[in-house]
Amino acid sequence: MSTTLPSRTLRDAFPANWTVRALWLGLVLYVIYAASILQITWARFVIGLDQGGKFLGRMWPPNVQAQKVQLITEGMLESLQIAVLATAFGVLLALPLGLIAARNLTPPWASWTARALIALLRTFHPVIVAILFVKAVGFGALAGVLALVVASMGFVGKLFAEAIEEISMKQVEAVRATGAGFLSVLIMGVLPQVMARFVGFIIYQLDSNLRNSTMVGIVGGGGIGATLFTAYQRFDYDVVLTILLVIIAIIMLFEVVSTRIRKVFQ
Amino acid sequence: MSTAVSTGITREWQRFTLGERLGRYAVYVVSAIAIIWSLRTIEVIPEFLYDAPAQTYDLFERMWPFDWRFWPTVLSGLIETLHTATLGTLMALVLAAPVALLAARNITRSVALNQLANLILVSSRSVNSLIWALLFVAIFGPGALAGTLAIAFRSIGFVGKLLGEAIEEAQKGPIEALTAAGAPPMAILLKGYWPQVEPSFWSVALFRWDINVRESAVLGLVGAGGIGVALDTATSNLYWDQAGLVLATIFTVVVLTEIVTSRIRSKII
Repeated sequence: MSTTLPSRTLRDAFPANWTVRALWLGLVLYVIYAASILQITWARFVIGLDQGGKFLGRMWPPNVQAQKVQLITEGMLESLQIAVLATAFGVLLALPLGLIAARNLTPPWASWTARALIALLRTFHPVIVAILFVKAVGFGALAGVLALVVASMGFVGKLFAEAIEEISMKQVEAVRATGAGFLSVLIMGVLPQVMARFVGFIIYQLDSNLRNSTMVGIVGGGGIGATLFTAYQRFDYDVVLTILLVIIAIIMLFEVVSTRIRKVFQ
Repeated sequence: MSTAVSTGITREWQRFTLGERLGRYAVYVVSAIAIIWSLRTIEVIPEFLYDAPAQTYDLFERMWPFDWRFWPTVLSGLIETLHTATLGTLMALVLAAPVALLAARNITRSVALNQLANLILVSSRSVNSLIWALLFVAIFGPGALAGTLAIAFRSIGFVGKLLGEAIEEAQKGPIEALTAAGAPPMAILLKGYWPQVEPSFWSVALFRWDINVRESAVLGLVGAGGIGVALDTATSNLYWDQAGLVLATIFTVVVLTEIVTSRIRSKII
């Protein structure tokens, strides 16, 4: 008793873990190394802060001239159109793709082909896809729509396939046992189980397309991004600020709307 | 239901109430109107469409074979991109932690501060990484510093939101035990919350790093350093054989990071 008690009271409640400490040290060393590779120095940062002050000074107040407001409205409406169309067509194409990619409904050769296609669609950033489409179909909103259709197909297709793989097969088997064909099995056995989640995916993708549609314009894909990039290159930083505020406001508004829509479908 | 059967009254059962159905129809109608409106008003130049197949064929024909003399530029850009993504993610983790603490309602018991934190998080996510990069290039000049900051600021929203949710889900038991023992606030954070949040913290970090590798590959298009600069140079000069090499490199790296992150995830988490 007297021998065990002291060792108990002396035991540290939180002993030092040297492996974890070494890992943290390694992280710090990496940060220093990476910063030196990227030529990130304190002096540059300080100069930048000075520049940043001037930059913010030129941004404020936001430019609300009637002519600029009209330009921004046109650009923003085009961005909305790009987002809506890209979501509509992307989701429409993602439906069959996700269905084929679900491993519990289709033979392996079909599902693996669809999975490879989904992975390919997801690899490239929408902006890179937009560059290729600008070359293929020329400058303008169509290139932006096509780029975001590719992104939507990849993302929704992947989520849709995962949702279908998680369904209960009991209902599918019950429908099959009645002698129903493949299409009836889909409509009566599979869709009711995934519909609610699918609505969620569509809303999420519309949200993501709305964000990305503000960016494809930088490489010639139409929308507010083009307006923003032009204003930036002309050093009209006050217009840039107006556009940024409009983008943030619209995306926040859409977040409110999307929670409402989600509630309706629950 | 048994009473309905016994009295012989037939009732039509419906899955949803009238309000629910009306809400759904409203969403359908609005979506249909939005799609039709977009289709009718979007500006498409038909002349450009006629030669799209020829242009696409021309694009791939010009890309092959790759111009390997461009490889040193691509490689140095690639290294810069990977460092930008990693450093940006680390910076985002550091910057997002306090915002996440402010956003977590069980730690900050002030609705005004929660709302402020949420505003920061939403703003960070609303502004695209390329647009963040534009702003930082204007401030710090072209280069990887602007790219790193763009990645960091864009990731704050994502990391902060998920981290805040993880903190809110932490169990109260250990926290109450520490409070009862008289532990100072910092000790409660480090020994009460941190061990509970740590797994999701690293999982969020890994997930975001994977996204950031993709994102930092395009930052060079607006002058924020990395492999995107090589892509921009190649496409501006219409050297599609060089652009093809850059695209193939990005493709390989993205596939590799996806394999690496899924390996780490299945091992650690």
